[in-house]
Amino acid sequence: MKDNIYGLMAEFDSSTELVEAAEKVRDAGYTKTDAFSPFPIHEMDEALGIKRSILSYLVFGGGITGLLLGLGLQYYTHVIDYPIIVGGRPHFSLPAFVPPMYELTILLASFTAVFGMLLLNGLPKPYHPVFNVPRFNLASREKFFLLIESADPRFDYPETKEFMESLDAQEVFIVDE
Amino acid sequence: MQDVNDIVRKINPPMVEGDHDYGTVTDKISDITLKKRTPFGWFIGFGISFMVAQLLLFTTLYLVTNGVGIWANNQPVGWAFPIINFVWWIGIGHAGTLISAILLLLNQKWRTSINRFAEAMTLFAVACAGLFPILHTGRPWLAYWLLPYPNTMGMWPQFRSPLMWDVFAVSTYATVSLLFWYVGLIPDIATLRDRAKNKWFKYAYGLLSWGWRGSARHWHRYEIAYLLLAGLSTPLVLSVHSIVSLDFSVAQLPGWHATIFPPYFVAGAIFAGFAMVLILTIPLRVWYNMKDLITDTHLIYMGKVMLATGLIVCYGYAMEAFFAWYSAAEYEVFMMYNRMFEGPYWWSYWLLILCNGISIQFLWFKRFRESPFWLFIISIVVSIGMWLERFVIIITSLQRDFLPSSWGMYSPTIFDWTMYIGTIGFFFALIFLFVRMLPVISIFEVRTLLPQAEVKRKGEEH
Repeated sequence: MKDNIYGLMAEFDSSTELVEAAEKVRDAGYTKTDAFSPFPIHEMDEALGIKRSILSYLVFGGGITGLLLGLGLQYYTHVIDYPIIVGGRPHFSLPAFVPPMYELTILLASFTAVFGMLLLNGLPKPYHPVFNVPRFNLASREKFFLLIESADPRFDYPETKEFMESLDAQEVFIVDE
Repeated sequence: MQDVNDIVRKINPPMVEGDHDYGTVTDKISDITLKKRTPFGWFIGFGISFMVAQLLLFTTLYLVTNGVGIWANNQPVGWAFPIINFVWWIGIGHAGTLISAILLLLNQKWRTSINRFAEAMTLFAVACAGLFPILHTGRPWLAYWLLPYPNTMGMWPQFRSPLMWDVFAVSTYATVSLLFWYVGLIPDIATLRDRAKNKWFKYAYGLLSWGWRGSARHWHRYEIAYLLLAGLSTPLVLSVHSIVSLDFSVAQLPGWHATIFPPYFVAGAIFAGFAMVLILTIPLRVWYNMKDLITDTHLIYMGKVMLATGLIVCYGYAMEAFFAWYSAAEYEVFMMYNRMFEGPYWWSYWLLILCNGISIQFLWFKRFRESPFWLFIISIVVSIGMWLERFVIIITSLQRDFLPSSWGMYSPTIFDWTMYIGTIGFFFALIFLFVRMLPVISIFEVRTLLPQAEVKRKGEEH
């Protein structure tokens, strides 16, 4: 009967309780876990064992791409395609090319930061099983939730539920697939 | 013990006053959008702004059917109201980015309750600013010629020109400001989605929130992205007004050709922007009963920033005069003398000093700094002053250039004024719509300001 569940979710009242529970879950060997909170909690990264995201490297790459794009665009237009002397300056007048290069660096790095973050997060995702828990809409308001997915190798229905109930949670919910 | 608490309170004033928890701050901010009936005053405010915005619509219509000749721009003053208003608006926008990005990097917690609508203010100010150069091209339907794209004319934009740098700087600034604002909104839109009762609002907010669910892994990447955006916006905002100032200082004209321009313009932009933030904040916190979230401390801090940046601007005025004299170039000396004493626009210079130099000196005194009324008055005076600054720089430099035979006078036509006043109406109409439709204060960031948000480990003292 309990084969088609997505996981188990426990509700907490405070960020401190959530972090403590997450540490116990991590120490018990669960890996397919997640926590939900109405604001970012820095201690969660360590408590859940979240590795640092590669986003910063992607953003650096985006910035370099913008820089080279700006340089390439101006080099092509002013040196290769339509060389014309303006104000006695050389065709390749690098100092004057710096502002557009600089702006394109920032533009592409920002695009990478925003859309990279959303894509790495797997968003947009209008439907997700966690929304099936009626009380979950409080996760964007004042309550804190901890999830263990049924895909976790250590997940075992009655046993994991008992374990989660031992975490001083307000309530433990079954998340339907 | 009481004394110690008083001192701590004085050094580190609480940014959320009153008895709040996660739920009550959420309700308080999101109810403005979701629950409360639209206050009567909102209709009056929006109605007036919207009507004033019609001036912009009609002027634009008249402009595109008749050409830029309806303005007073003519030799020798070819750059007049359009560029004055462009620089004024874009400067106002800069405080929003300063509050959201630079104060975030400096870990200033007081930015949290004002950053959302300061960012909205940035967006709307940049929208108003962008209209002027586009309409000033005379044929705005061909404004895309400014962009580098392969075309049948076989030509490219001239990248050595500061006007081209402007195109890149302002469009990047508008885009990045929009991204920054929207990323900050995503978790709050998710809150609205979860609280909305109306099916259509739920659906709309659900789409806009991208299905945000507050997962710890998402928050982790979110915070990295937000911090990186702040780090990218900080040099961006400094570069935008520097590039705007290069429109002037790259030219050879006395009064424009000065190396002090970039820092002086950036300080002026932040100065004008904080004045506008105060003009918007002071009524907003009263009308929506937000004094516990936007506290008196916030206003005092903004007053202090205004004083500091205002003094930098005054230093800029002093240096302009000093270098005109020190350069020993006769055209520079004449320009300054003409601007301050002899020329037909001498009054605008002294009015500028009165508005930007004298008025802010009151902010040294606690009595004025701690009074929202006086802060409001000083902010309006400063906004006028910053507009006059651009008027002085642009008009007095152009109207008396090198050859007396090409001297001239400038007086704006009615359409110069209707266009400018129209954008003010447009700006406030957008602000009113924003206040009605989206959370004006960042809800999730205010939650982190509450004392209970801190994770307290057992056996650890805080």
